[in-house]
Amino acid sequence: MKHARWLEGVVEMGHGAGGRDMADLIEGLFVAAFANDTLTGEEDQAILTLPPGRIAMSTDGFVVSPLFFPGGDIGALAVNGTVNDIAMGGADPKYLSASFILEEGLPLADLRRIVASMAEAARAAGVQIVTGDTKVVERGKGDGVFITTAGVGVVREGARLSARNVRAGDRILVSGTMGDHGVAIMASRAGFDFETDIVSDCAALNGLAAAILDAAPGTRAMRDPTRGGLAAVLNEIAQASGIGMTIREAALPVRPGVAGACEILGLDPLYVANEGKLVAFLPPDEAEAALAAARAHPLGADAALIGVVTADPDRFVEMETLFGGRRMVDWIAGEQLPRIC
Amino acid sequence: MKYVEDFRDGRIARQIAAQIAAEVQADRQYRLMEFCGGHTHAIFRYGVKDLLPPNVRMIHGPGCPVCVLPIGRLDMAIELAKRPGVTLCTYGDMLRVPGSRRQSLLKARAEGADVRMVASTLDALQLARANPEKHVVFFAIGFETTTPPTAVALKLARAERLENFSVFCNHVLTPAAITNILEAPEIRAMEAVEIDGFLGPAHVSVVIGAQPYEFFAEEFAKPVVIAGFEPLDVMQSILMLVRQINEGRAEVENQYIRAVTRHGNETAKALVAEVFELARNFEWRGLGDVPYSAFRIRDAYADYDAERRFGLSQGRAQENKACDCPKILRGAAIPTDCKLFGKQCTPQTPLGSCMVSDEGACAAYYKYGRRAAAPRMEAAE
Repeated sequence: MKHARWLEGVVEMGHGAGGRDMADLIEGLFVAAFANDTLTGEEDQAILTLPPGRIAMSTDGFVVSPLFFPGGDIGALAVNGTVNDIAMGGADPKYLSASFILEEGLPLADLRRIVASMAEAARAAGVQIVTGDTKVVERGKGDGVFITTAGVGVVREGARLSARNVRAGDRILVSGTMGDHGVAIMASRAGFDFETDIVSDCAALNGLAAAILDAAPGTRAMRDPTRGGLAAVLNEIAQASGIGMTIREAALPVRPGVAGACEILGLDPLYVANEGKLVAFLPPDEAEAALAAARAHPLGADAALIGVVTADPDRFVEMETLFGGRRMVDWIAGEQLPRIC
Repeated sequence: MKYVEDFRDGRIARQIAAQIAAEVQADRQYRLMEFCGGHTHAIFRYGVKDLLPPNVRMIHGPGCPVCVLPIGRLDMAIELAKRPGVTLCTYGDMLRVPGSRRQSLLKARAEGADVRMVASTLDALQLARANPEKHVVFFAIGFETTTPPTAVALKLARAERLENFSVFCNHVLTPAAITNILEAPEIRAMEAVEIDGFLGPAHVSVVIGAQPYEFFAEEFAKPVVIAGFEPLDVMQSILMLVRQINEGRAEVENQYIRAVTRHGNETAKALVAEVFELARNFEWRGLGDVPYSAFRIRDAYADYDAERRFGLSQGRAQENKACDCPKILRGAAIPTDCKLFGKQCTPQTPLGSCMVSDEGACAAYYKYGRRAAAPRMEAAE
């Protein structure tokens, strides 16, 4: 009876007004889906006991359009995005918060689907969503739903990962194919009417990151190449560590469907977003062990060592092209836009 | 990716490179202009320059659709976008090009104008059908490649009596621009732009064919090789140009035989002729006024011509005086000659149109070739 209501109707202003409707929404939807002892819907905060050690904390806002896309949805992204940011610091993610800004008129069935997807993603990643918030904005003032998650995790003993730690001679590992998420999103957006079997790679990376760190405890830094793609991550690290990099185009894993879509749209997979891949910077003597560990993990089957870190005061990232030339891999400027001619 | 990767094979590239190196004459300069931004992009993206001998120099031409649009025309589009009730849509690259007073379509959008990016003219028509309360203007730019789709949109709009749709036409013609580069006295006077041969357009030639280049190959005694956009196409075409120059020939040769015929796509040409006619004059950025170098919408389609419908006229545009885009577009300067390059003007903060599009020479230099440019930049400081 109560459940049936969640399948019909839409988000109304009352769902964020602090009254009975809001309490129903919280209890009937969020608390039920995220089912854990800490989240009761009765408290204003979660009270947690963390194991001793250093804590990693991160937060991220999610505003994706469309809300549902091949391979995932905004809910799975919101959980995995924050889980991955914590995991990239060498930490084991434990608890998340989730804050929802709902637009008046959002079908409750969509919200229910998103929340169920968050619960599933949290279970898969081994984290709990322990506190949250809900606001409703008038129709036209949001894009269906915006979700902000924050999270904490416990940093593993001895891990010292930082964007500043990378040194000349280090090896660069990517955990799989580049550009799947961005192409899946673009293909499902209005205006790009083409069919592709590419699905988002949206996934939690904490298991894979732990496997790499077990095999290569000296790992200098890890990043998940989301917005701006691999090119952005490489340039960020080059800036922070004061080094250059040379990658090999021939070593870069890209699915044929992604390469084809990029070809048609005039995009470059190096700049296209990923949501379930990581880049690791490894001391040379641990690189092969890290590669073997990544490939043994279900999310790292296509992992590859794609290049080396160089001493370079200009901090340039360069690529040896398949064609036999060299070119720079610069940051992206603004949005990557399709070419005309 | 079969049929694409075949044209990016590094092994074959090295073979052609060896052949070029063996055939160039040491005492000769080979100054080759690639007209199209698509070629500029391929040359930088694949590192083609690294495979050429030092006396084969590539000069980047004006064939970048967003680069050659004069600021005055862009200002008109921005002004149109700001009118209440108007939805202005165009291809992606155009959105970031700076107009006068540091305006751009993206900035206009941030300030409240309804500006949309579309991937096809049919998407623009669909926007008009779906939003009858808005007037949808398609800001049409580009060479012969993008003109037929605009013609299709105009024909469909008229057939459907779609009253809330119009086109702001800025379609330009390649052969007229090449002739102008070779003819303009100030360009001929400048020794820096001596050109020994042309890499002819790829996609443009698919539409117009090889025949339109025959006139100036003969008239100006310059060899033309129509080249595909893949890096091996470019390499092979350079070899063909080197051979023509060595043998003293000035012919139109077609390297891109898998797509280009002598007369091109007759259906597309007929469509274009039905909807457009030659404009007596059009201003190009970098080239100035070029007679009969652009299309205007025929009177039969006047209702769908945004310029007539909204009574638009071109105002005085403000160019950044230090910006060398005009010279770069003529091939009279290279990006690193410009004082703004890599300093005030970067892809993030473009001051000139050549820094915006991937096909623009400045963006290509900045994005892919700064390493080679770096020592020169320091020397200039």
